[in-house]
Amino acid sequence: MKINIAGIQLNNPVITASGTFGFGREYGEYFDLNRLGGICVKGLTLTPRQGNKPPRIAETPAGILNSVGLQNPGVRYFVEHEVPFLRQFTAKIIANISGNTVEEYCTMAEILSDSDIDLIEMNISCPNVKEGGVAFGTNAGTVNNITQQVKKYCKKPLIVKLSPNVTDIKEIAKAAEDGGADAISLINTLLGMAIDINTRKPILANNVGGLSGPAVKPIAVRMVWQVASVVKVPIIGMGGIMTGEDAVEFMLAGASAVAVGIANFVDPLACIKVLEGLESYLHKNNIYDVKEIIGKVEPN
Amino acid sequence: MFKQNHLCKISNKKEIAPGIIDMRIISQEIAQQAKPGQFLNIKCDNGLNAILRRPISICDVDVEKNEVRFVFQIKGEGTKLLASKTIGDCIDILGPLGTSYTLETKYAKPLLIGGGIGVFPLLMLAKSISAQNITAYLGFRNKDMVVLEEDFNKVCSEMQIATDDGSYGYKGYVTQLMEEKLKQGKTDIVYACGPQPMLKMVNSICKTYAVPCQISLEQRMGCGIGACLVCACKIKSDSAWEYKHVCKDGPVFWGNEVMFDE
Ligand SMILES: Cc1cc2nc3c(=O)[nH]c(=O)nc-3n(C[C@H](O)[C@H](O)[C@H](O)COP(=O)(O)OP(=O)(O)OC[C@H]3O[C@@H](n4cnc5c(N)ncnc54)[C@H](O)[C@@H]3O)c2cc1C
Ligand SMILES: Cc1cc2nc3c(=O)[nH]c(=O)nc-3n(C[C@H](O)[C@H](O)[C@H](O)COP(=O)(O)O)c2cc1C
Ligand code: FES
Repeated sequence: MKINIAGIQLNNPVITASGTFGFGREYGEYFDLNRLGGICVKGLTLTPRQGNKPPRIAETPAGILNSVGLQNPGVRYFVEHEVPFLRQFTAKIIANISGNTVEEYCTMAEILSDSDIDLIEMNISCPNVKEGGVAFGTNAGTVNNITQQVKKYCKKPLIVKLSPNVTDIKEIAKAAEDGGADAISLINTLLGMAIDINTRKPILANNVGGLSGPAVKPIAVRMVWQVASVVKVPIIGMGGIMTGEDAVEFMLAGASAVAVGIANFVDPLACIKVLEGLESYLHKNNIYDVKEIIGKVEPN
Repeated sequence: MFKQNHLCKISNKKEIAPGIIDMRIISQEIAQQAKPGQFLNIKCDNGLNAILRRPISICDVDVEKNEVRFVFQIKGEGTKLLASKTIGDCIDILGPLGTSYTLETKYAKPLLIGGGIGVFPLLMLAKSISAQNITAYLGFRNKDMVVLEEDFNKVCSEMQIATDDGSYGYKGYVTQLMEEKLKQGKTDIVYACGPQPMLKMVNSICKTYAVPCQISLEQRMGCGIGACLVCACKIKSDSAWEYKHVCKDGPVFWGNEVMFDE
């Protein structure tokens, strides 16, 4: 089940989606973290952030909206207090970063390059912070520029995480690849809203939030497929993956690895079940190497 | 040993007031581990109608029968689906989760204050306290909504029911009863659970009479175990305040730590 992402070998293609798995400690009480291909941690910022006001979550048909707003202890705290814990396991450590300015992204890339992590995922697509994030991820020119700038400071393989809130995902993905991205991950959440019709107020204190879960899966699969047709770098696919079959679908569409998000909330063993489901699909179809299914969709 | 979710069989189910379901499940692990104030995170549906689990307080446990009791109000899709389950069905439960009320023996004169669905966790608390004189004041909207009166009567030396409209017991809020009691100086700790405005009131009265209080907070949850940072609540800290999390740092907090937004 081994998979290579930008020169880093993962034991298997199952990764945790940033923001849904903390720094691994909580779910580590439910299963052996060594079984994961990679752990992508809660989004980090240069300085600690408190995040948005609660309520920060609302349930919608087959999905949820969240507006956590990147609550995190800051990149330096992460390096000092969380990396040593994560390093005990064979799962590769993926640090997910968000910034308000290009300089902040660069500084974080620099700090993390000197730390004992494996890959950096640059989140240029968080819909829950007013200042930065999404502003970088929706324009091909800025995506290309920020990727180029950050690459100068980044000594670890750089994954660029794309926003689905764009008109042409192919153009954005190409811009990231041209800027030097070593891999691409998608999708981040889609901007959404839910209203309590009795109080006439939005459920989220932030009014709007990011939609994820099974509701977004068809959009995510389509985007992975479109992006796979224009880039050569590996793709990490995510958005609504609940089962091994979902993971297979993403891999057929062109993903080399997959990330599991809100499924973790539903079932603490979701990642393990996705992994086992993937294994059993391969077994049933007499496929010996998981790489054989990547991008093997046969379009009509 | 890794923690796990439990598939628990429903051993009893009753509607004890309009839309209020009293449910019991069998689980040795939960019954043995549960502490008062902790909650269960319950999967109400296997389909996509209510994806997230629903947090429900543990109301009581029977350690001998390995039975765990919880009581919930039908509010939306999730609790409606949960209420539709019948005796013999199995439900997927994570727990017990969260912090519990303190059971320090130095508190000999506890006062329990519950409002609406907030009365449920207080029953297990009342049964777990070793003090001789337990007082409980429970508030409900009206006579029809009064529940668990008998259960509390059995374990409390003083018990009063308050209803907002006066259709049963004391007319008014439990916090008014509470203030009278604190004035008499016969209380050394207050344990509370209920709607936010009530908790805020409890907090400020306790402050006035310099009595410590523990309150159980509510917030919408994602994971229930501290990983998603969704269930934020404002807690005092060195740098003024910080967001802590109801599922892991709570739901029970000391009243003087909690900051209620104006
Ligand atoms: C620690 C804790 C203990 C609780 N104990 C009890 C109890 O013993 N008995 C009881 O009747 N209720 C209790 N609640 C409230 C209960 O969790 C909600 O009423 C329930 O989740 C509503 O779900 P629903 O699908 O019916 O409603 P919907 O409104 O359809 O739910 C939609 C979403 O909002 C969330 N949500 C809605 N209201 C609340 C709320 N008040 N608190 C947290 N999440 C909410 C749901 O979990 C769900 O994700 C407790 C809440 C918490 C946080
Ligand atoms: C509560 C929550 C917090 C998230 N926080 C982050 C984050 O900090 N950084 C990031 O890049 N993505 C974040 N995401 C997006 C997820 O990593 C993922 O892209 C998205 O949820 C789609 O996957 P899913 O449908 O399986 O949940 C968050 C998602 C959720 C639900
Ligand atoms: S619900 Fe996930 S941190 Fe509390």
